[in-house]
Amino acid sequence: MSNKQRVLVIGNGMVGHKFLEAMINSPQYSAFEVTTFCEESRIAYDRVHLSEFFCGRSADDLSLVEPGYYEQHGIRVLLGDKAVSIDRSAKTVTSEKGEVLNYDKLVLATGSFPFVPPIPGHDRDNCFVYRTINDLEAMQAAAEHSKVGAVIGGGLLGLEAAKALVDLGLETHVIEFAPRLMAVQIDDGGGAMLRQKIEDLGVKVHLGMNTQNIGDGDTCFHKMSFADGSEIETDMLLFSAGIRPQDALARDSKLELGERGGIVVNDHCQTSDPDVYAIGECALWSGRIYGLVAPGYKMAQVACDHINAEDNAFTGADMSTKLKLMGIDVASIGDAHANTPNAKEYTYVNGTEEIYKKIVVTEDNSRLLGAVLVGDATDYGTLLQMSLNDIPLPEFPDALILPQRDGNGATGLGVDMLPDGAQICSCNDVTKGQLCQAVSDGATVLADLTLATNAGTSCGGCKPLVGQVLNNELEKMGLEVNTDICEHFPHTRQELYHLVRVKEIKTFSDLLAQHGSGYGCEICKPTIASILASCWNDYVLEPEHLALQDTNDRYLGNMQKDGTYSVVPRIAGGEITPDKLIVLGEVGKKYNLYTKVTGGQRIDLFGARLEQLPQIWKELIDAGFETGHAYGKSLRTVKSCVGSTWCRYGQNDSVALALEIEHRYKGLRSPHKIKSAVSGCTRECAEAQSKDVGVIATETGWNMYVCGNGGMRPRHADLFATDLDTETLIKYTDRLLMFYVQTADRLQRTSVWMDNMDGGIDYLREVIIDDSLGICEKLEAEMAKVIDTYQCEWKTTIDDEEKMLMFRPFINSNKADSNVVFVEERGQIRPARKDEREPVTA
Amino acid sequence: MNDLTKKAQEDDVTTDPNWTGICNLQDLPLNAGVAALLHADTDKETQIALFRTSANDQVYAISNFDPFSEANVLARGILCSIGEQLAVASPVLKEHFNLATGQCFEDESVSIATFPVKIVDGNVLVAG
Ligand code: SRM
Ligand SMILES: Cc1cc2nc3c(=O)[nH]c(=O)nc-3n(C[C@H](O)[C@H](O)[C@H](O)COP(=O)(O)OP(=O)(O)OC[C@H]3O[C@@H](n4cnc5c(N)ncnc54)[C@H](O)[C@@H]3O)c2cc1C
Ligand code: SF4
Ligand code: FES
Repeated sequence: MSNKQRVLVIGNGMVGHKFLEAMINSPQYSAFEVTTFCEESRIAYDRVHLSEFFCGRSADDLSLVEPGYYEQHGIRVLLGDKAVSIDRSAKTVTSEKGEVLNYDKLVLATGSFPFVPPIPGHDRDNCFVYRTINDLEAMQAAAEHSKVGAVIGGGLLGLEAAKALVDLGLETHVIEFAPRLMAVQIDDGGGAMLRQKIEDLGVKVHLGMNTQNIGDGDTCFHKMSFADGSEIETDMLLFSAGIRPQDALARDSKLELGERGGIVVNDHCQTSDPDVYAIGECALWSGRIYGLVAPGYKMAQVACDHINAEDNAFTGADMSTKLKLMGIDVASIGDAHANTPNAKEYTYVNGTEEIYKKIVVTEDNSRLLGAVLVGDATDYGTLLQMSLNDIPLPEFPDALILPQRDGNGATGLGVDMLPDGAQICSCNDVTKGQLCQAVSDGATVLADLTLATNAGTSCGGCKPLVGQVLNNELEKMGLEVNTDICEHFPHTRQELYHLVRVKEIKTFSDLLAQHGSGYGCEICKPTIASILASCWNDYVLEPEHLALQDTNDRYLGNMQKDGTYSVVPRIAGGEITPDKLIVLGEVGKKYNLYTKVTGGQRIDLFGARLEQLPQIWKELIDAGFETGHAYGKSLRTVKSCVGSTWCRYGQNDSVALALEIEHRYKGLRSPHKIKSAVSGCTRECAEAQSKDVGVIATETGWNMYVCGNGGMRPRHADLFATDLDTETLIKYTDRLLMFYVQTADRLQRTSVWMDNMDGGIDYLREVIIDDSLGICEKLEAEMAKVIDTYQCEWKTTIDDEEKMLMFRPFINSNKADSNVVFVEERGQIRPARKDEREPVTA
Repeated sequence: MNDLTKKAQEDDVTTDPNWTGICNLQDLPLNAGVAALLHADTDKETQIALFRTSANDQVYAISNFDPFSEANVLARGILCSIGEQLAVASPVLKEHFNLATGQCFEDESVSIATFPVKIVDGNVLVAG
């Protein structure tokens, strides 16, 4: 037996996982042997984003644990097994499957369970709660046979559950006992505005309703009867009437509980037994249960530190929240109900735009106590910091919530005013000081900063503020990040793009003369060639553009390691006729090219010498092929699955849409390559969620995903818009891609572009869907121009005698390069290795 | 008349057996490279890369062989200015070579051959 300390964790939810992570990262980790019970059939997943399950995020996507992470760190997981009793004197825990495990330290992270009010009929079929992935799967199955759904409870979770019912396509009712929605977090005014906005979305809200019975319905499965005599019929019923701490084990083993449940803990998260800790939603600290993840995370760290004999304490947590409910921004800060004696309130109500804002301030107007925001929560970060850090208010505090219509910019606070201890990211407990340290340690772009500190990686609400801290620090360090693309142009790619557009510059030499110095290089030349092509779409081998092109663009093929090229004709959507396949086979055979199916659903022919390219392409073009732009920073492939034409699950013709997308954007020159895919249903055989623009067919339209990629740092695409018709989908794609082309940095994929954008996906939606910048018409027009001027560069090239001269091996000889040597392998050619070839040096 | 042509006419080179006539000056694209063959089909056969630059109105000849990728590709690289110096970036892995001296910028220990160039009556001649 090892003499390691045995740590047992009961519950592998969000907080339990955080605790394991903290242990793994603790310096003495090797001195511990850690085991966790996991009642659910899945290891820890992200409950906060649970609802995204209905927008296409799979159980795997929601997982908080990288595959193999626990194994790699020697953590044993009793998956699908539940702890059923604790023997504190023997220091053992018994599991449902009969295992008995010893512990030195025990951690209870059992979370909470949904409270189901004991209304007669509450246990009928088709009644659900909303807590686990299993719950959601059960709901999903029931929704297939349902038309109407109702949620009992109009709090934060109830409204999220209502959104799920809407997403499942049901007529949705919300039934709340209290006279307003989200009674805990927001006030009457905010609740009224929220109700109006939710009803605009077609959800029926019933307030002040006391449900007395659930029985058989006439038109639906259930009939709910209320104290006032009214009735509502519904097929599915969801209870979201609050949570209760999961404290049964603690109760049975005689640990101290609160009067209304919850395992009592001290500042170190120890229960009444010093070797037993409780963290997360099952723990009762100072008479409170915290139903949010951030305080739970803090407890996890505190308990871990205490087990490691390090100093740390839980001292309470702020319960402010900002969320998006059915697309509506709602936020609540501090003393939202003005319970502080003599507190004063300022309210702003905009009935047209349906915005409600309230701030609560101290009697003397000097400090912010709380706030409620509905419809527009952009001020959340600023207000939260003001209240948390006791920052003096401006002379007229109402300026904080009044709209800034004169263009003078918000009166908000400069992040500079925040003390180092100010918590910027509450989910991951990251302070301003820690961010500043990371910046000075070299994390000078947003993506690196979030990676280094974890700030912004959970709910994302703090991202704008993290960005502000970053910029502020850079400025202070006098470290203006040099964003010049190279020594020849003191500009970013984005600035160059604007110069080219605005001044209508058509050639590199003009741009260099007006805005650059020197003669250019392998960085600025191809970048500017790409910008010129995105703007004016001239033939890339015009004499004035020729010398700018990377060799791949100059010879319209990808150079391989031995100086030969690959030939990739477009096979849009991966669809190809047998005749065309035969042509590819014949060309491959005739020119003795290595032939391979690519990862992009098309066929690549390798080993073509420079001088063979025109002849090969002539034969391909004669057979109806066109260039695949595999050489360009441009649209690559639009992968498709076979879709509704053949597949029994297909919801729509994914091949046709893939073809449309590929033909529309082919040739579009961009900061980096662009990839797309269309799947015919949620099984996602085309892997659309790993693409810059991915599309998945639904029963009622197309779901659009954006900013994903595979490659070096894979990133799942984010769901951007749902159930679009084809026309809208194409419109959004036009706008999105053109916006990317215009504003991204050189060699920045859409994912990094978006991650570095203040406001991220929400901002992008505002620009692309709500046209918040008023540029959409222009973006569409510019895209239309590129589409209208498309040309197959290979066709233009082989039609031009003079251009063909470029492909001679030598300007003074037609002799083939004797240094290109092939050998045979598996029936095809490959470049000879050094040891297989006679030494040739110059 | 262009400087190069004038300079070339000052010494009589046409008789020197070391010089090989390659092409007309106009055949060379501006600021982009082309490959050429010296002493084809002899044991002195050599591949060179020629660059005609508008920066200083010059023609440079360097070896076409990229010592890093061991492929004959330098003529297909992009012409760069690094400070005051002119260079070509290898199209394979982007190492830079000084057009005038052949010196590699990234690795001091590497340099490639350069060749004298003269323009006579609009003909490009290379020695080596
Ligand atoms: C041929 C192919 C591999 C194959 O045999 O299957 C390939 C080959 C190359 N890939 Fe790729 N990639 C190929 C599919 C992919 C895929 C799969 C896909 O598209 O579904 C990916 C991951 C998806 C993605 O990009 O999001 C992929 C991610 C990359 C990356 C990493 C990009 C990133 O953002 O991290 C690079 C490097 C780069 O672009 O900077 C790269 C670069 C390259 C280059 C251009 C490298 C180079 O400069 O030599 C290769 C030359 C292609 C050629 O000579 O034709 N290739 N490459 C595939 C061609 C697909 C096509 O039909 O056009
Ligand atoms: C739909 C939804 C939306 C939410 N949105 C937000 C939000 O926006 N912001 C926010 O801060 N919070 C939100 N929350 C709350 C947040 O998810 C919880 O605060 C957090 O999950 C608490 O973590 P926990 O580990 O304490 O409990 P849990 O995540 O519930 O984990 C407890 C785990 O312990 C297991 N368990 C219990 N008893 C045993 C036993 N005897 N043996 C073995 N295993 C056991 C349970 O099965 C469960 O898996 C949301 C919750 C839901 C359901
Ligand atoms: S994604 Fe759906 S429609 Fe397409 S092939 Fe797969 S299962 Fe069929
Ligand atoms: S506050 Fe939630 S991620 Fe930072």
